[in-house]
Amino acid sequence: MNHLPCDHMISIYQVNKNFGKLHALSGVSLELKGGKSYALIGPNGSGKTTLIKSILGMVVPTSGEIIFDGKSIRNDWKYREKIGYMPQIGRYPDNMRIGQLIDMMQNIRTADIPMDEELIDAFKLYKIYDKRMHAMSGGTRQKVSAALAFLFKPPVLILDEPTAGLDPVSVEVLKEKIIREKQAGKLLLISSHILSDLDELSTEVVYIFEGKVQYNNSIESLKEETGEKRLGKAIACMINQKELLASVSE
Amino acid sequence: MTNRLFLYGTIFFCLAIQVGVAKTIIVNPSGTVRSIKDAINLAQNGDTILVMRGVYREGNIILEKSIVLRGDNFPVLDGENKYEIMTIHANGVVVTGFAFKDTGVASVNDLAAVKVLDSKHVKIVGNQFNNTFFGIYLANTTRSWIENNQLQANAEAEHQMGNGIHLWKCDQITINNNSIRGHRDGIYFEFVTNSLITNNHSDRNLRYGLHFMFSHNDEYRDNTFINNGAGVAVMYTKNVTMIGNHFEHNWGSSAYGLLLKDIRDSHVNNNTFIQNSTAIFMEGTSRTQFKENVFSRNGYAVKLQASCDDNTFERNNFSANTFDIATNGNMVLNTLSNNYWDRYEGYDMNRDGIGDVPFRPVSMYAMIVERIPTAVLLWRSFLVFLMDRAEKAIPVMTPENLKDESPSMRPHDIHLPGK
Amino acid sequence: MTRVIKYVFYDILRTRFILLYTIFLFVSTMAMYQLDSDSGKVVLSLVNIVLMVVPLVSIVFTTIHFFNSYEFIELMLAQPINRSVIFLSEYVAVAFSLCFAYIAGVGIPIAMYGFNPGGITLLFTGTMLTMVFVSLAFFSSVLTRDKAKAIGIALLFWFYFSLIYDGLLLWVVYTFSEYPLEKVTVGLVALNPVDLARIMMLLTLDISALMGYTGAFYKDFFGSYVGMTFSVTILFLWILLPLLGSLRIFSKKDL
Repeated sequence: MNHLPCDHMISIYQVNKNFGKLHALSGVSLELKGGKSYALIGPNGSGKTTLIKSILGMVVPTSGEIIFDGKSIRNDWKYREKIGYMPQIGRYPDNMRIGQLIDMMQNIRTADIPMDEELIDAFKLYKIYDKRMHAMSGGTRQKVSAALAFLFKPPVLILDEPTAGLDPVSVEVLKEKIIREKQAGKLLLISSHILSDLDELSTEVVYIFEGKVQYNNSIESLKEETGEKRLGKAIACMINQKELLASVSE
Repeated sequence: MTNRLFLYGTIFFCLAIQVGVAKTIIVNPSGTVRSIKDAINLAQNGDTILVMRGVYREGNIILEKSIVLRGDNFPVLDGENKYEIMTIHANGVVVTGFAFKDTGVASVNDLAAVKVLDSKHVKIVGNQFNNTFFGIYLANTTRSWIENNQLQANAEAEHQMGNGIHLWKCDQITINNNSIRGHRDGIYFEFVTNSLITNNHSDRNLRYGLHFMFSHNDEYRDNTFINNGAGVAVMYTKNVTMIGNHFEHNWGSSAYGLLLKDIRDSHVNNNTFIQNSTAIFMEGTSRTQFKENVFSRNGYAVKLQASCDDNTFERNNFSANTFDIATNGNMVLNTLSNNYWDRYEGYDMNRDGIGDVPFRPVSMYAMIVERIPTAVLLWRSFLVFLMDRAEKAIPVMTPENLKDESPSMRPHDIHLPGK
Repeated sequence: MTRVIKYVFYDILRTRFILLYTIFLFVSTMAMYQLDSDSGKVVLSLVNIVLMVVPLVSIVFTTIHFFNSYEFIELMLAQPINRSVIFLSEYVAVAFSLCFAYIAGVGIPIAMYGFNPGGITLLFTGTMLTMVFVSLAFFSSVLTRDKAKAIGIALLFWFYFSLIYDGLLLWVVYTFSEYPLEKVTVGLVALNPVDLARIMMLLTLDISALMGYTGAFYKDFFGSYVGMTFSVTILFLWILLPLLGSLRIFSKKDL
C-alpha cells in the first residue's frame, strides 16, 4: 500500500439531521481516527444508519459539518474513493448478475491497484457469477456487499450490520477479514446489534441513543468503568447507569 | 320582332356575300399586304383575312367589319405592353389561330387582348393568349362562342391583372374547352344569362377560378377548377345549374371550392370537391339542391350559414373531411337525406343499406369554433376529441334538426365526369 | 459519466419495454400508412399518437424506471461519483432510449413512405415532447419517496397538460372572446408543451388555412424565424427547467 492508512480521519461537528419532526441526529460530534476500529451501537432507530449515511453523503445533514481528511464533504464526492461501505441491506439492480455487478463496480471505480478478491474467493462468489441479483437470498446479498466493500482496498471501512443474515461459517470468514484489516491499521466503523462480535472487532465504542452520542471511549475503558469483562454486559451496565442518572436528574 | 327579322336578314346577307363574292386577303410580313390594319381596310364584309406566321406590332386593331380573321401557324399579335390588341365591333366576326401577347396594363381602361363590344355571332376559337391583362372581353354581346383558347398570365399582384374571360351583360354565350391560368378571375360573368360553360380548365388564378354575379339561367358542366386563390364564387344569382364540375385544392384561409352567396333555385349535382379548405360555403342560399356530389379530404365539406333555408342535400358522399358540416345557427331549415358519411357509426338491422339511427354531421367543436373563432387553437387536442365523443352520446349544443334521418351505410356509386 | 450511462442503458434494455414500445409505435404507424394512402393524412392521424401516447408512455415509464433504479442509484451514491453525474446519466439514458424508440418506431415508416415537412416536424416535436415528459417524470420522482405517489404526480402532469390546461384555455378564450386574444394565446400556448407541439405540427401540415384569422396569425408568427426560434427555445426550456429543478432537489435529497 502506497500510503499509510492511519493518516485518515473523519471529524463530525455538531451534526443535526431532522426528518420532518423527527430528530434523527442531534448535535453529534465525533472524532474518528485512522488505525482505530469503532463499534457504533445503539437501539433500533437511534440514528446509527443515519450517521453512517451522513458520512457517506447519502444523507445531507440539516446542520453541522463532516470533515474527511481536513476537507468538508459537503458537495464533495472524491473522498468516497477512500471508503468501503457495506450497507445494512444490500440492494442491487435486480436484472444484474453478480459477475456483471462486480465488473461494473470495477469499471466505475477505475481503480488501478490490484483488487482485493479475498472475500470473493472465500465466499465462493465466482461460482454464482451468473446468478441474477433478484434470485438471491439475503445472505448471499450480504456476501456480495461485503466483497464489494473490501474490493478496492479502501483505507476506511464503514460496515453497517455486517454479520446480519450471514450463516455462521460466513460470519467467521468476514470477521477474520475485518480483524486483518483492523490489524493493517485501517479506520473501521462498524455498527451492529451483536455485541459479542464487536468485542473482537473493535477498539472503541460509540453509543448513540435518540440521535445523541451518549458514550464515546475505548472498549478497554468501558470495561474498566463498568467492571464487566464482556462488552455486552459492560454496555448493558452503562445503559443502566445512564438511565439511573437520567431519572435522578429529572 | 323587327329585331329578329333584321337579324335573319343580316345572316342571309352575309351568307350571300360569302358564297358570292367573298375573297381572301393574305397578310404576310414579306408580302404585298404587310399589316393586318391594311388588310382590314381592303376587306369588305364577308371576306377572310389570312395572316401568315410572323410578329405583328400594330397597336390597337379596330375591327368594324364582319370578316373572318384567320392566323396561319399562330402569327403573334404583340401589344408591346402598351395597347389593347384587338377591338371588335361587328357581328359575325371570327378570330382564330392567333397568338396574342403582352397587352398594356391599365387601371382605368380594361385593356384586353380581344375585346368585343355590342356584337353578335362572334367566334373566338383556338387562340393563344400570353401575358395579357384581360384575355377575352365581351361586353353587351350575344350568341357568341369562345372555344378552345388557351390563356395564361403571370403577374403576381391582383391589381396588375385582369380576368381571363370576362363577360359583361351578355346573353347566350357558349364557353367551351378553354384553359385559363394565372389571371385574376379565370372566368368572370356579370349580368350574363342563358349561357353554357363546359369543359373549361381554370387553375392557379389569383382570385376566383370562376366568378359570377347576377347571371341567371346559366349552366356549368364538366369544368375543372384547381388551385385557385379563392376557388369559385357564385353570387346574387338564381337558376344556376352546376353539374359534373371538379373543384380541387382551392386551399387557403379565404379559399372556397364553391362560394354561394344569395343564390336561389339552383342545382349543384355530381360535382367533385377534393381538398378544398371549405368545399362549399353557403350564405343566403335557398331552394337549392345538392345531389350526388363527392366531398373528400376538405377542411369543411359544407359551411352553412344560418341565412340558408330550404336546401336539400341528397345522396352525397362525405369522406375524410375535417368537418362535414359546420353552421352558426341553431334552427336549420335544410334537409339532409340518404347521404353517405364516413363518420357514421350506426347500424343497419334490416339490411336495407340505410342506417337505423340518424346521423348528426355537425360536431360540437365545429359549433364552438363558429362562435369563438379563437377556439381553433385547440384543434386536434385531446379535449376536443373527448368533447365530440361526449356530445355524440348526449347532444346538447349541436342543432337538433340538422341531421340525416336516413344515412347510407355505403358510399353511393356516383357517376363523375371523366377526369 | 459514460460508464454510468452504459449501465443505466443496460438496465433499461433488460426490461424489453423499450423494444415493445418501439414495436408498438412501428406497428401502429405502419398500420396507418397501410390504411390510408395519403401520407399527409397519416401524419395528421399520427399527431394524436404523438400528443397523447408519447407523453403518457414517457412520463410513466420514466417514473417507474427511476424507482426501479433506486438500488442502483443508492449503490452509485456510495461510490466516488458526483450526484449530478448519477442523475444526469439516468436522464440521458432514459431520454435517449425513449427518443430512440420513438424515432425508430415512427421514423422508419415515415422514411419508407417518403419524408415530407410534416413528417419531419412530427419526428422533431415527438422527440422534444419525449424529453419534456422525461424531465417532468424526473421532477415528480424526486418530489416524493413513494413510488405510487410519484406515478400519481406524473399522471397528474400528463392529465394537466393534455386535458385540463386546454379546458382552462377554452374557458379563457370563451370568457374574453370580445377581445383580440391572438397574442395572449401565443403566450398561453407556450405555457403548455403539448399545445405548443400541436400548433407547430398543425402549422407545418398546412392546415392553418382552416384555422381562420387565428390560424393566419399563428402561421405568421410561428412561421417566422423569430417564431420558430421562440417555440424551439420554449420547448428546450420545458426540458431544462424541470430537469434542473429536479437535479437541485436530488442533490439535496436523502437516500
